[in-house]
Amino acid sequence: MNREPLIFEISDAGKRAFGFPALDVPEAKDLLDGLAVREDIPGFPQVAEVEVVRHFTRLSQQNYCVDIGFYPLGSCTMKYNPKVNEKIAGMAGFANAHPFAPADTVQGCLEVIHRVEKALCEIAGMDAFTLQPSAGAQGELVGMMLIHACLEARGNPRKIVLIPDSAHGTNPSSAHVCGYKVREIKSNESGRVDLADLAKAMTEDVAALMVTNPNTLGVFESDICDVAGIVHAKGGLLYMDGANMNALTGIVRPGDMGVDVLHINLHKTFSTPHGGGGPGSGPVGIVRELEPFLPVPLIVRRGEGFGLEYGRPRSIGRVRSFYGNFLVAVKALAYIQALGPEGVREIAEISVLNANYIRKSLEGIYHLKYDAPSMHECVFSDKIQKDAHGVSNLDIAKRLIDYGVHPPTMSFPLIVHGALMIEPTETESKRDLDIFIEAMKAIAREAAENPAVLKSAPHHSVVRRLDETAAARNPVVKWEKPSAR
Amino acid sequence: MSYISLSDNDKKEMLARCGVASVDGLFGCIPDGVRLGRELDLPAAMTEPELVRHFESVAARSTYGRYLSFLGGGVYHHVIPAIVEALSSRGEFLTPYTPYQPEVSQGTLQVIFEYQTLICQLTGMDISNASLYDGASAAAEAVLMAQRLNNRPRVLVARSLHPQYRETIDTYVRNLGLAVDEVGFGDRGGLRSAELAAKLGPDVCGVIVQSPNFFGVVEEVEKIAALALGHKALTIVAVAEGLSLGILQAPGKLGADIVCGEGQSFGLAPAFGGPYLGFMGCGKDYLRQLPGRIAGLTKDVDGKRGFVLTLSTREQHIRREKATSNICTNQAWCALRATIFLETLGQKGLREMALQNMHKTRYARERLTRIPGVKARFSGPVFNEFVIDVPGDAAAVADGLKAKGILGGLALGAFDPEWKNGLLVCVTEVQTRDTIDRLAGALEEVLR
Repeated sequence: MNREPLIFEISDAGKRAFGFPALDVPEAKDLLDGLAVREDIPGFPQVAEVEVVRHFTRLSQQNYCVDIGFYPLGSCTMKYNPKVNEKIAGMAGFANAHPFAPADTVQGCLEVIHRVEKALCEIAGMDAFTLQPSAGAQGELVGMMLIHACLEARGNPRKIVLIPDSAHGTNPSSAHVCGYKVREIKSNESGRVDLADLAKAMTEDVAALMVTNPNTLGVFESDICDVAGIVHAKGGLLYMDGANMNALTGIVRPGDMGVDVLHINLHKTFSTPHGGGGPGSGPVGIVRELEPFLPVPLIVRRGEGFGLEYGRPRSIGRVRSFYGNFLVAVKALAYIQALGPEGVREIAEISVLNANYIRKSLEGIYHLKYDAPSMHECVFSDKIQKDAHGVSNLDIAKRLIDYGVHPPTMSFPLIVHGALMIEPTETESKRDLDIFIEAMKAIAREAAENPAVLKSAPHHSVVRRLDETAAARNPVVKWEKPSAR
Repeated sequence: MSYISLSDNDKKEMLARCGVASVDGLFGCIPDGVRLGRELDLPAAMTEPELVRHFESVAARSTYGRYLSFLGGGVYHHVIPAIVEALSSRGEFLTPYTPYQPEVSQGTLQVIFEYQTLICQLTGMDISNASLYDGASAAAEAVLMAQRLNNRPRVLVARSLHPQYRETIDTYVRNLGLAVDEVGFGDRGGLRSAELAAKLGPDVCGVIVQSPNFFGVVEEVEKIAALALGHKALTIVAVAEGLSLGILQAPGKLGADIVCGEGQSFGLAPAFGGPYLGFMGCGKDYLRQLPGRIAGLTKDVDGKRGFVLTLSTREQHIRREKATSNICTNQAWCALRATIFLETLGQKGLREMALQNMHKTRYARERLTRIPGVKARFSGPVFNEFVIDVPGDAAAVADGLKAKGILGGLALGAFDPEWKNGLLVCVTEVQTRDTIDRLAGALEEVLR
């Protein structure tokens, strides 16, 4: 496949792809009372409609996606995104509603937000939810701010947040953006939070522990109640990163494990499309004590309908405009509504079954640093292939591309050197799981027989291995008109 | 409706390989004491036809579409070319993840590269990131960035900044020891430069001003930037109406150091508040302090051009608590729609669209202020919205218009009691002379 040119490279003066009706009001003179109006936008494209359509259609063909095949990117939960949810989110009553519209004209929208909050409270076992955070990382930040506000109201916001060494990088970063210092907690030999290390670190300077459960190894923190006990005994709060809720729905609820605050990624567990990196949605759930601090506005019941409540003096404020990524919430509600209670439980059951099937099929062929039971994902490493044949997780990942499968998450969590983190989700067929398993086995054979073919992979993609070091050393982050000779 | 793809036979085989009799056997690591032990209390499952019928009835409870609406205030009703919907709903764009594996993500990566180029062209800045959540959070990130760049403890915020942008900044900086000071606006509706000059000092990291501002007035960015520069403070220009960049001078040409804003006008529906996209650009010297994803150009092993996510050493997955921001993802799909939109409109289309907004707005402002008792609140030039003062409470006037099927604008008393006579009226290219005249006629009747 040839590379698609940049739109700027096919642009030519005078072409256009869209027109407007003639102006039906008088043209105003001196539009800006003397302020500068720009004459043109240097470099801005000028192309015809069919050129735009072909440009983006051809670009789309250079993407791998869930609609094409298996996408086992660990901790990202790349499940099928039902098409009907897109249709529902496109309904005019949702898509065209202006967020400043009077409440009585947007009752359907407010109802959706209310119902998503209610469903998430039930699924997570929390007392209240806010849908305002735009994504998981912003959910973490809101969670940290809520904890800060709550502890401040108790008398002392404290200084430190504890985070296990297996955590996602956003955790320490979010705590830092909220003004907290971060202290790392070690994992024990089973890959879980080390209770002794936690007990030692948990002082009255510590605001919270941020824990991911199941953790990033796909291992359930089975001591979670003891963990909560240790944190609560010193007056701290327990924050749970709900990125891995897919393993728990309908089986166990964070609120019942002593969690005080958590965020959930609607774009993971509740199947809203990732769109190549967003929009996400990171609702935050809390226990009753934190309710006064929730971001404004709250969506509240008013008589038969719903209203917006702003007058909340103890609120942390807001972290973005309006009420969050509303259309993402619409899709999540459609998903929950389609599945019903049994279907929501099946999310956890089948995603755990699929992950364990992969684990059992590849154990022994790839190294498993932690042999604790897997939930919805399993983390192998390149140790066997690296030690014997000098083949790295990068080589394995790139070779998978040649087999038509998206690679797993690489080199994360940091506590597994050369990690390959595999999360199949519940929507995959056995046939697709088997294609992946066979590809992984074939690659293990190739590592022994012909490692060069792995080190130079991928061979069949639109581009081959790209020089990321050069991109960072000499950053070119936009197109510029080639200078005239 | 179930989206599970396993047959009963599949399950049997897979359970056998896992060495358990039922899926329950895979959950042994969860202590009995915390298990739910009951079915979730959720509504019963629905098939697709039931689902569509159900949500049609929920959507119908939003009656907003029956009104003629002049609402703006950071979210705008604009035309969206059909090809934006058609192309952006392709599964290849809708259902991939962040492009971590560039060899199978060249589509998304090239789109981001084109998006970054378009944002640079519009804002006049050297570099752009791959987008942030929305305009309000982009404004907060811009303030944090300014503080990182010169490490000064105070930021000046224009009172004419969108109230939600202001609230977002306040929330983000609250626990970080950065003081926020306000600079008021004058009769023109823009930032008072004498007050700015008085409040600037060696402790000010930056000045954030929105243009066109919350009242629709175009700020004198050049003058503001010159004053800020005199104190080595950074000028941050927020653009809540991205379309204005199609006709207003690029902030980068007027002395802005950081430009941030809202891209909703670029092919994204109002969607009751989101998803939208925040854009952000700055001078090339600040590249390593810019938050968010960035796509860059490189070559593959055969020397073929390709794109990758780059400069990730700024980011949380590498730097953890030392990252420039905690942001993980961008709003890639929204940025895709913006890219399709901007490339479809092109040089001529964008300018024409922006001009139509200005002419229609000017017509509406003149038409409405001819009504006895109605006057323009501010004297400054506007893009596509303006504040009129009405006799009495603007909220009551808005209610009167609503009874006639018109949402005539945003009553400003909700943001500040001092503004209770003010109605913020937005007129975009979707309005016609007829709809503007209808608004004027209705307003006349309400005030009679």
